[in-house]
Amino acid sequence: MKRKAKFKIPAKYLLMGFTLIAGVLIYVSLTMNLYGGPLNTAAGYVFVPMQRGINHVGSWLFDKTDNLKSLRDVMAENQKLRSQVDSLTLELNTIKLEQYELDNLRELLELDQKYPSYEKVAANVIGKDAGNWFSTFTIDKGTKDGVDVDMNVLAGSGLVGIVTDVGPNYAKVRSIIDDTSKISGMLLTTSDRCIVHGDLQEMNENQNVLFNNLKDSDDEVAVGDPVVTSYISDKYLQGILIGYINTIEVDSNNLTKSGTITPAVDFEHIEEVLVILDKKQSGETESK
Amino acid sequence: MKRKIIIVIAVILCFLLQSTVFKTISFASISPNLMIILTASFGFMRGRKEGMLIGFFSGLLLDIFYGSVLGFYALLYMYVGYVNGFFQKLFFPEDIKLPILLISASDVVCNLFVYFFQFLFRGKFAFLYYLTHIIIPEWVYTIVVMIFQYFILLKVNQKLEEEEKRGASKFV
Repeated sequence: MKRKAKFKIPAKYLLMGFTLIAGVLIYVSLTMNLYGGPLNTAAGYVFVPMQRGINHVGSWLFDKTDNLKSLRDVMAENQKLRSQVDSLTLELNTIKLEQYELDNLRELLELDQKYPSYEKVAANVIGKDAGNWFSTFTIDKGTKDGVDVDMNVLAGSGLVGIVTDVGPNYAKVRSIIDDTSKISGMLLTTSDRCIVHGDLQEMNENQNVLFNNLKDSDDEVAVGDPVVTSYISDKYLQGILIGYINTIEVDSNNLTKSGTITPAVDFEHIEEVLVILDKKQSGETESK
Repeated sequence: MKRKIIIVIAVILCFLLQSTVFKTISFASISPNLMIILTASFGFMRGRKEGMLIGFFSGLLLDIFYGSVLGFYALLYMYVGYVNGFFQKLFFPEDIKLPILLISASDVVCNLFVYFFQFLFRGKFAFLYYLTHIIIPEWVYTIVVMIFQYFILLKVNQKLEEEEKRGASKFV
């Protein structure tokens, strides 16, 4: 073993150095819209495959346990149900098939009518924010699949969020329930606009997001009305379903209304999302 | 060298577990903070410099994948590791009280800073709500997980130190 008398930097100077580095990073990412860059690329190639692997193993295990559980259930109930099965099989099968077909068709029809011309790419959620304060998550599609910052993300029939940062093989999505998220929304029934913003407290307690600044002078808005993204939003495409009005009350200024919206997406269980590859055309000229 | 490789693996493992597995087994959408356990443990087990470096790179990882500002968590975790390093003189492997105390303090202080900079500055004043619904639950969950994770880290560290000592004495 060779031991060189290495020069060691004292801890406090090292601390000062790293503080400076972190300070510069914070400054750079706050002032310029430069985020990560080479860091994103390097980190993406190291971590995304591993996260994807863990998720594969996880879902495989869940599947297996589900299988075991259902097998055990079936065994227990087998005896009891066998007598009923014969009489019901035929009827049930036809109904089930029809139901399945109906659901599928309905879903397809609805999706295609709502978002007709947008090009979409499906992605898997591979990791969620490690802390408990924010609702961001990462998906396994990045610039290589055409995903870019400010693209809208959907799940099922509703809006999930927006891509805020992108690497070659992953993208970071901020969901609409995140405490820092703000969207310009619009009521489908009256075309009145409002601001929809996520709130940690409201989300934790009632699984809702908040809205305010709704001008509804004719008192037409009712509980249950659908809220979609509005035409004046500069990042969200028009007409994507956000959710349904849950509560509504008049503000103290007697001019505007505010309340809560139940999101159309179940944020506890999102596994697959769709990214719309078209970006909203805003007035600014593109640099490309 | 071996120590460095094992520490890198530990950081990667904690990050991966925290963002995937522990998110699916969270109680009431609260999950434990493995990175802070790692940073604080190596801080008081190995001293300021090692705690600081582990903290910086753990934080940087969080920033890259989930942060809103690059460098915020890196700075925060780095200071957590550094401050924990001051308690190295008081640390004895047999004593569990100090680690529990230090990791608790690190977790709570960390969350207080996150609240202060990222919520209070945006006009969210319901501190009591955040304290009772985010900070304290996360602290409890973190302590529960810490009891397992800390002993693994302790054993790994003791093994490494033993080997390093043996290597050094052989040379002498």
